[in-house]
Amino acid sequence: MKTSFKLNGQAASLDLDPRTTLLDALRENLGLKGSKKGCDHGQCGACTVLVNGRRINACLSLAVTHEDDEITTIEGLAQGEALHPVQAAFLEQDAFQCGYCTPGQICSTIGMLKEAADGWASLVTEDLTADTVLTDAEIRERMSGNLCRCSAYPQILAAIRSAGGVA
Amino acid sequence: MSSVKDWAAPTPISENRSGLIGKGVDRYEGRLKVTGTAPFAYEVEAPSPPAYGVLIASPIAKGQVASADISAAQAAPGVRLVWTPHNVPAQGERGAKINPRSQRGSNPALAAKIEHFGQHVGFVVADTLENAKAAAALVRFDYAPEPADLIFEDNLGAADQPEGEEDVRVGDFEAAFDRAPVRLDETYVSPLQNHAQMEPCATTAWWDGDNVTVHTSIQMVKGGQHTLAETLMIPSTQVRLLTRYIGGGFGGKGQSYDDLTLAALAARELGQPVKVAYTRQQMFQATIHRPAVHMRVRLGAQADGRLDAFALEAVTHCRREAPFTEHAANFARSLYAAPNRLTGHRLVKLDIPAAGAMRAPGEASGMLSLECAMDELAEQLGMDPIALRLRNEPETDPETGKPFSTRQLVRCMTEGAQRFGWDRRNPKPGQVRDGRWLVGLGMAAAIRGNFLLPAKAGVRIDADGTITLRQGMTDIGTGTYTILAQITAETLGVPLAQVKVELGDSDFPPAPGSGGQFGAATAGSAAFAAGMNLRKALAELATGDPNSPLYGDDPELVTFGGGNIAVDNRAEPLERLVARAAPEGVYVEGSITPAADARDYSQHTYGAHFAEVGVDPDTGEVRLRRMFGVFAAGRILNAKTAMSQITGGMIWGVGTALHEYNEVDPRYGSFIAQDLAGYHVPAHADIADLSAMFLDEVDDKANPMGIKGVGELGIAGAGAAIANAVYNACGARIRDYPLTPEKVLAALP
Amino acid sequence: MKPFTYERPADVTEALAMVAAAPGARFLAGGTNLVDLMKLQIEQPTHLVDVSRLPLGQIEDTAEGGLRLGATTTNSQVAADGKVRARYPALAQAILSGASGQLRNKATTAGNLLQRTRCAYFYDTTKPCNKRQPGAGCAAIGGIYANTAIFGASKACIATHPSDMAVALSALDAQVEIAGPDGQARAIPLDDVHRLPGETPHIETTLEPGEMITAVVLPPPPSGGQIYRKARERASYAFAIGSVAVAGGKVALGAVAHKPWRARAAEQALAGGASPAEAMAAEMASAQPDGHNDFKLKLMARLGAACLTTTGAGDDQ
Repeated sequence: MKTSFKLNGQAASLDLDPRTTLLDALRENLGLKGSKKGCDHGQCGACTVLVNGRRINACLSLAVTHEDDEITTIEGLAQGEALHPVQAAFLEQDAFQCGYCTPGQICSTIGMLKEAADGWASLVTEDLTADTVLTDAEIRERMSGNLCRCSAYPQILAAIRSAGGVA
Repeated sequence: MSSVKDWAAPTPISENRSGLIGKGVDRYEGRLKVTGTAPFAYEVEAPSPPAYGVLIASPIAKGQVASADISAAQAAPGVRLVWTPHNVPAQGERGAKINPRSQRGSNPALAAKIEHFGQHVGFVVADTLENAKAAAALVRFDYAPEPADLIFEDNLGAADQPEGEEDVRVGDFEAAFDRAPVRLDETYVSPLQNHAQMEPCATTAWWDGDNVTVHTSIQMVKGGQHTLAETLMIPSTQVRLLTRYIGGGFGGKGQSYDDLTLAALAARELGQPVKVAYTRQQMFQATIHRPAVHMRVRLGAQADGRLDAFALEAVTHCRREAPFTEHAANFARSLYAAPNRLTGHRLVKLDIPAAGAMRAPGEASGMLSLECAMDELAEQLGMDPIALRLRNEPETDPETGKPFSTRQLVRCMTEGAQRFGWDRRNPKPGQVRDGRWLVGLGMAAAIRGNFLLPAKAGVRIDADGTITLRQGMTDIGTGTYTILAQITAETLGVPLAQVKVELGDSDFPPAPGSGGQFGAATAGSAAFAAGMNLRKALAELATGDPNSPLYGDDPELVTFGGGNIAVDNRAEPLERLVARAAPEGVYVEGSITPAADARDYSQHTYGAHFAEVGVDPDTGEVRLRRMFGVFAAGRILNAKTAMSQITGGMIWGVGTALHEYNEVDPRYGSFIAQDLAGYHVPAHADIADLSAMFLDEVDDKANPMGIKGVGELGIAGAGAAIANAVYNACGARIRDYPLTPEKVLAALP
Repeated sequence: MKPFTYERPADVTEALAMVAAAPGARFLAGGTNLVDLMKLQIEQPTHLVDVSRLPLGQIEDTAEGGLRLGATTTNSQVAADGKVRARYPALAQAILSGASGQLRNKATTAGNLLQRTRCAYFYDTTKPCNKRQPGAGCAAIGGIYANTAIFGASKACIATHPSDMAVALSALDAQVEIAGPDGQARAIPLDDVHRLPGETPHIETTLEPGEMITAVVLPPPPSGGQIYRKARERASYAFAIGSVAVAGGKVALGAVAHKPWRARAAEQALAGGASPAEAMAAEMASAQPDGHNDFKLKLMARLGAACLTTTGAGDDQ
């Protein structure tokens, strides 16, 4: 089945088995292997990509449903040699160990910061009617959809703060 | 053979002239990982497009595959092959060592005899992943089930002493315990846990004539190579195994699994590259796990807290055909003084997936018992838990009497207490509230053995000055690439950017791999030795070269620094020397072997954990509020990656105390939690303010660099600190880990 | 996954017709549950009708002073909405208690209601399950998985409904708007959408084949406090082992039954002047734990009483 979307700023056209998830389309059909398969069931966040600026689990989304969407993956963040500020902060703060969850953590961070900038609340937001203040507790809750078994959470928090996480 | 005395002399590492040793430099491979361009095993570019393999698992725990109907699967779109026990190609018998110098037995796949639920019984390869998965569901099996022993608790009576082991006794424990004025006799239970590495096991394999190349996710390069060779019944020289990036191991990838075997077999059969990955569910059911352990602790003390009698007896389980003992009592042999001692292990054999090593095997489970028991004994005695531990601090190893190589446990506890604010702890439980939360503090000691294994490394310098270290070592997120680059650069006096590190290739000089927190010391010492040998070769090259300003100098006087080789103020850049005198480059190897007298010392890493938790009295939920650890683990090579290792371990302790457990269904032998929604590893929100520090230390009995491992120390004892904090918060003493809301709520008034 | 075909309708009428025309067809919205289950072949649709782009993604005021949440509004969208946060905080809290940021960005209002149980034996396809295969038996009964029902279970099924959002919607007396293939539209209380398992646990809702949810309508917010609290085995990204929604004097419990469990006995007790603890005791009197899930009695009694106390429910009696 023919599907077209914009991938990291470039037009991409594919002829896909409708069963193909966005994650497998990226990894197996388009050669973008940065998005990772950790659980394949939306339970780890390693496959997180940005679709129309919002973070989603690529493993639970069929590729054919993304006609005309704008998809950004970990490969689309750096400008040539210049890392995206979130990538640079992860490197500087040692916010990963094995690196398998890292692309998902980084994409999730970018999506999370946009959500916060848009004023979205989280479970730990005490006053749902107040402006969003991205405290440490807010960052931790909002990033909980990205498991890191190496448990780099303190370093991930530091990276997000240094990348502009504190509003 | 060397002696630890040889290791006390100054070295480029101890001199640390350019300051690279200890510096928190960024991860060597970090840029690849933050850009998603580090190729993990399933992502490696094969020479031609690969086919996709999918595994099929047994729904029974024990018995035989009676028959299999593969016709529908074979007829399904895109299918290239369908294997069951009846048509899988011949493999070396389980455990067979066919090669004369083999180090590992074979690991065949798709046996007809089923030894546990989830054992693989079928394999399908197709042109796409979608077609392979759909076809796998079409294979029909008939089974002949047999009765199975599935439940640890039901089989405790069948526990036997592990083969070749004896209890360790010092003095007369029973008599001393009987006469002790203060006694504790409690049993603690640690649960079955899963590694849950983020990257599932995966292999990409292809053949070139009689030679197979496999990229696989494994911690042990040589082990994997030999195992596959035995399984394929070919010489190891025909197997090249690569494992450059590994998405988490934690002991669970210390061995190879069916992805490796079947990818290699299918690639040979099809004449096409094949890649195979485990599903998350298969990671739970068809790899190894940390077994549950029942630990009986008996402490007999004087009124002043001095221990007269100490016993820790651990009962654990393994798969019937795969003996493994979780040595949960071993750590205690070196921890606290007590003249009368008993430690030992018993093993129950079950028909469930294999138990095996998981981060800090032994300590991670074992310390949950004794470090809780010490907290309980302190309360009985009316003592502070730290004071009780100080009272029982031994001067020499309490079991063997050997001197400690280093031991800063006391300082870990006292320094940690001060920085954490331990004096604010109210010894009476249930006294502190913050809103609805009951708040408590707890602490525990940490000890984890230090090891050095034989290893080699190769290092070359090319005419452009690039220095390349090569080793059949792995980096499973531990920072190995980075510390080897630091060691090599410091040894040869060159900037870090001049050094390349290449790991994870069976063609490289062998190292034992990642495990037992021996990686940095072992691989690093071999790299250091290789670097020293390169210094020697270059010094001889320069002093023997008439065109070198060092010509005729004594090679012993040559120094390295700033990228130059020098004697006094005569110097030239390394690349100029090599380009002129050895334009093809210079390659040397180095090796490390354990010192003959290393075991004359009791050698460990130490630490102390401090935790503050909140307990929700409405739900029994426990939340970490604060955690701090102080550790002493030899010379620290990289402040950043070592800290990440230690805090990562501490967080494993949080998971161990609060979240992580799996259970075996008594009817089916399957794990209840088979995915990451059911098995709860800590999520980001579980980890509040958590940090650690290292004490200054150099252990000159450990290895030539005075370093030790840090990968497993962080988890040792961490869970007990949390459990002790929970008790302090709410008065619920739960000896059955983890401390789930269900258990805590039941214990609340 | 089994092979299927896929199409994307332009409007609700076309979507209904597409599903009606293809036996085995299913609506696909966010896919976070359906695709998950298709991968395990627990769901085996032959045809997917993608409703995610239908014009059902609006949150609108109703003439009665409530809100209409379109069926394909995302969980994130509803939780972020200023009117929802100001007037229905229990709903925002419930949604934000569930899943992860990524999942909430895809999961929809209607899909959340129609998500299936997380029972371990439902997910393990090697086990008998009357939901997956009617008549096969229930492995959960006599099993060791403890996150099972204490209200309204049957001999065929002891699974729970895993939604957080639906529990808040129940306490808020939401109505669900449903369109059918014959062009008929109807609205029913949320409490009537989900069924108890009885002998047919595979039939989980009262939706007829081919019907689709088009909106969830919130009545004007009740007077009195609102809250949603959830207990679980880690701090985030985990399903409830028990949850409570209170809105005014209305109480609903999560993770205790095959559906969001409206605690009517507690509500009646409250109306009669009972204390929060007494009200919860009245509700829990009809609970039937099975030995493995007994902890839910104490958990729900305490958590429910705490929520009632926090919101001041019962104070005005």
